[in-house]
Amino acid sequence: MSEYIEHDKDGVSVGIVEKKLFTFAEPPDEMVLENGAKLSPVTIAYETYGALNSDKSNVVLILHALSGDSHAAGYYNDVDEKPGWWDIMVGPGKGIDTNKYFVVCSNILGSCMGSTGPCSTNPKTVQPYALDFPVVTIGDMVAAQKKLMDHLGIKKILCVVGGSIGGMQVLEWTVRHPDMVVSAIPLATTTKHSALAIAFNEVARQAIMADPNWNNGNYYYGPKPNLGLAVARMIGHITYLSDESMRLKFGRRLQDKSDFSFNFDADFQVESYLRYQGKKFVDRFDANSFLYITKASDYYDMEKLYGQGSAVKAFSKAKAKFMVVSFTSDWLYPTYQSKAMVKAMKKNGLDVSFCEIEAEWGHDAFLIPNERLTALMRGFLERVCREQYK
Amino acid sequence: MRYDLQIIASWIEPGSHVLDLGCGNGALLKYLIKNKQVTGSGIELKEDKVAACIEKGLSVLQGDINEEVSDYPDQAFDYVILSQTLQQVYEPDTLIRVLMRIGKKGIVSFPNFSHWACRMQLLWTGYAPITKQLPFEWYNTPNIRVITIKDFRKFINEVGLKILNEVAINTHSQDRYGKIIKFLPNIRATYGIFLIGNTSG
Repeated sequence: MSEYIEHDKDGVSVGIVEKKLFTFAEPPDEMVLENGAKLSPVTIAYETYGALNSDKSNVVLILHALSGDSHAAGYYNDVDEKPGWWDIMVGPGKGIDTNKYFVVCSNILGSCMGSTGPCSTNPKTVQPYALDFPVVTIGDMVAAQKKLMDHLGIKKILCVVGGSIGGMQVLEWTVRHPDMVVSAIPLATTTKHSALAIAFNEVARQAIMADPNWNNGNYYYGPKPNLGLAVARMIGHITYLSDESMRLKFGRRLQDKSDFSFNFDADFQVESYLRYQGKKFVDRFDANSFLYITKASDYYDMEKLYGQGSAVKAFSKAKAKFMVVSFTSDWLYPTYQSKAMVKAMKKNGLDVSFCEIEAEWGHDAFLIPNERLTALMRGFLERVCREQYK
Repeated sequence: MRYDLQIIASWIEPGSHVLDLGCGNGALLKYLIKNKQVTGSGIELKEDKVAACIEKGLSVLQGDINEEVSDYPDQAFDYVILSQTLQQVYEPDTLIRVLMRIGKKGIVSFPNFSHWACRMQLLWTGYAPITKQLPFEWYNTPNIRVITIKDFRKFINEVGLKILNEVAINTHSQDRYGKIIKFLPNIRATYGIFLIGNTSG
């Protein structure tokens, strides 16, 4: 997602922010995961923007997607080249207005961005966990975020918001802690992965595992499976775009040349773009984390977990007011999947708004400046904030 | 706010739960929430109008009313409003039945096709009428149903429902002002507005 991040065109920003760490389940305590495995200790990286009001009723919790982190907005220092990944949406006067709301963004369990994950040190062996790290689920990620909320003394969340895998965590929050969540914004997401989504994830995982450097996950003291991870990221980028966006962005244009090279260099712009994205990704992301997080997203099935296969039954546990948003060109989580969850919410008499935004940029549209999305977020948040006192 | 919407608003009990089908830019919903303390939501097909509603702080979802209505539980709303949309519905009888399943009462308004201006045009020119209320040619009109006030009364009777209240109106000046027509409404009124209920209730 990082290629979209740019400085705010009007220079509006939350300013300098700081990544914080919260550790729980320290020995002898342990965090029991959904699959029964135990983890101890557990650290979650997070950031906060804005100020918590006196009755703690202005909390917005942002949940990130596969390759995101706790750094949603602002800069770490004066010379920081890029702001956080959702700086277009989070800041003073922005869609999620930090003048009004206390915004928390929590890194997910299993990530490599400061929270406990496969690259963290296993206290039992004093080595990186690698594949000894238990397979975590979306539910486990939310359980860890709940611990963070408890730590911050937050009992009610005005709004949980997130796109893609972040959106799955949003849905999980609404049924796992229905009394805590006043409202929820699942963006470009689904209650369960389609075979298409699982297929792309599996090809990406295979690319990593086929890299000899992967070495069954034990690469932390040697060369890393960079080629495999780069290919995995290239596959990801194809799914985040769309036929239309690729046609507009690249077409069949060649990269820095007027004719084919008649070898296997990157001739087309699209090839060059994917190679660049792949290469850039390996510098900041851990291949094992990629395996764990994609697996967690494939396993997630809210309907099975909470409704014995029925979306209507699953959402009967939720109490939040929802705003569901999909994008026309998203082929990873197409609109029909959002409409299916809206239908289930309606059948339960839940307060739900839904908008399918016309956007050509595919699944990644929620990360790109979009006035419509910004206005929707602003309007919805203002309403739920106002109505919570009724 | 449009005059027909003002009449509709006057029929709604304060504090009730309403669904506005084809809610447009949300003017009626906004008015009802502010002045009648209702809770409620709307359904609208066009993305820009849906967005305008949500930005205003309304609960609105994007979709085709004919499909979206069927998802709600029985008697989920005190009122289901269908203002100036019935004439664009492909299966009005199906929609009205669903409307009365999900709502305790229904409010339906539509342009009256038997207004004298329509009658005169057809009689004297021989062309399909084009009026301020129905300003389209036959080939590009979204208003595929021609309904008169008398037709609607007959229809409600035939589908086994009950008319609880009805008003015929004539509107002026961008539809914001108007008056109630009591004498010969089927000829003199531009719009009919009906409050309908289930015969059992």
